[in-house]
Amino acid sequence: MTLVAAPDSDVASAQPPQKAKRRVRWQRTISPVLILVLWETASRTGVIAEDKLPAPSTVLQTGWRLARDGTLGDHLLDSLTRAAIGLLIGGTLALVLGSVAGLLRAGDDAIDPPVQMARMLPHLALVPLLIIWVGIGESMKITLVALGAFFPLYFNTYAGIRDIDERLVEAARTCGLNTWQRIRHVVLPGALPSLFLGLRLAIGAAWLSLVVGEQTNTQNGIGFLMMEAREFSQTDVVVLGLFVYAGLGLLSDLLLRILERRTLAWRRGLQAT
Amino acid sequence: MAPRTASDLVVRARGVRRAFGPVTVLDGADLDIARGEVVALLGGSGSGKSTLLRILAGLDPAASGDFTVPAQHAVVFQEHRLLPWKRVIDNVGLGVDDRTRCTDALAEVGLADRARAWPIELSGGQAQRVAFARALAREPSVLLLDEPFGALDALTRLRMQQLFGRLRARHGFAALLVTHDVEEALLLADRALVLDRGVIAADLPVELEHPRAPDAPGFGVLRRRLLDLLGVPSAA
Repeated sequence: MTLVAAPDSDVASAQPPQKAKRRVRWQRTISPVLILVLWETASRTGVIAEDKLPAPSTVLQTGWRLARDGTLGDHLLDSLTRAAIGLLIGGTLALVLGSVAGLLRAGDDAIDPPVQMARMLPHLALVPLLIIWVGIGESMKITLVALGAFFPLYFNTYAGIRDIDERLVEAARTCGLNTWQRIRHVVLPGALPSLFLGLRLAIGAAWLSLVVGEQTNTQNGIGFLMMEAREFSQTDVVVLGLFVYAGLGLLSDLLLRILERRTLAWRRGLQAT
Repeated sequence: MAPRTASDLVVRARGVRRAFGPVTVLDGADLDIARGEVVALLGGSGSGKSTLLRILAGLDPAASGDFTVPAQHAVVFQEHRLLPWKRVIDNVGLGVDDRTRCTDALAEVGLADRARAWPIELSGGQAQRVAFARALAREPSVLLLDEPFGALDALTRLRMQQLFGRLRARHGFAALLVTHDVEEALLLADRALVLDRGVIAADLPVELEHPRAPDAPGFGVLRRRLLDLLGVPSAA
């Protein structure tokens, strides 16, 4: 995932710095717009050959055309479904195993070593093996997404639980909270920032796995759309597919950050009240 | 020390032992706290005074010995230890069902208007007051205080000590005050204990009139005695 986000300022700031921040945001849009304009003119004037890289406006037109006849929507839905199912399976597994390993010593001993070993395998390199195991159908794609999502979420769940300040758990104990209450009031909220980070990384890995998975033997999905277009040298559709993947990544990240900002209001106390 | 019957005691500990590896920190310490009595526990750095308090608070399962501490006890640590993800009032209400008790406790430490604030928004002194409110809301018969004013600046510490005096006068709880500050012990406690080599080496009644001040008659003498017991030679 190569999304570079403006660094969140955790420092509670008064009015003037906020103004400066807004100005910086505006300034950050200049260079991307400039690149788009350059690209457009280069394509229009023939500096870049149309069949190598079509102009952004052409890509947008193609997108509009495919969206209107429903092609884009159908394929997008197929891709989203794969991503969602894979993310759900991999994510749930990561949360459960990460929590067990983080909370229980026995769980740590049993679960963490094999996971640490498996982490060293680049999961995308498992494609040949997965094809032998589960075939080239839908289950291969979903397994790949689930694998991609599992590791970042597992490690961040584990680390989030392990990093909780033991003194806070102790304080909760002196307040008479039993184990489950301590998990609910101390461990879970304490691990939440880490869980969010894990989820963001997991979603990024899920998109990546989806891209790779959809390039082998598919009849639908954004990846199929791109592979089919390549055979007919429809460069605009290929670039459109890239745009869609990028847009999906950007959108999911944005949604998650909004959710994170709301849930973790306590970290920016002064601004939230 | 005047003889007391067992029913007068809220805390009773006999032969408390705790070793960290080869180092024996507590070697059979005995401790009694009567109903409503404030006992200061002094000792050099590493003498085990915090260890003893943690044992009494039920936070150290590796300790041995006989001790009874009422279920209605509360602990205030040197750091406030508020949960940063809970608003002030929810921190006070941790494990307490009765909400009015929490708002009352918060009002008693003078922070009723900060109930909806996040802990990150509080100053060090305010956060420590919330920690006291959290303890008060459990209506404890004994408070276990582990250097509760140690991390505060001098002025805030004085105000907190006065607040502690007022709360104690109103609620009549007993308290074990672990401190390294001889003046603090003499200002607040009815009795001062000195922990040395794993046992209670000295038990000094502090019979001074309230309100106390470091320039009151008799204060200096007791101060000198306690410093002697702690092994601090006089400057002259």
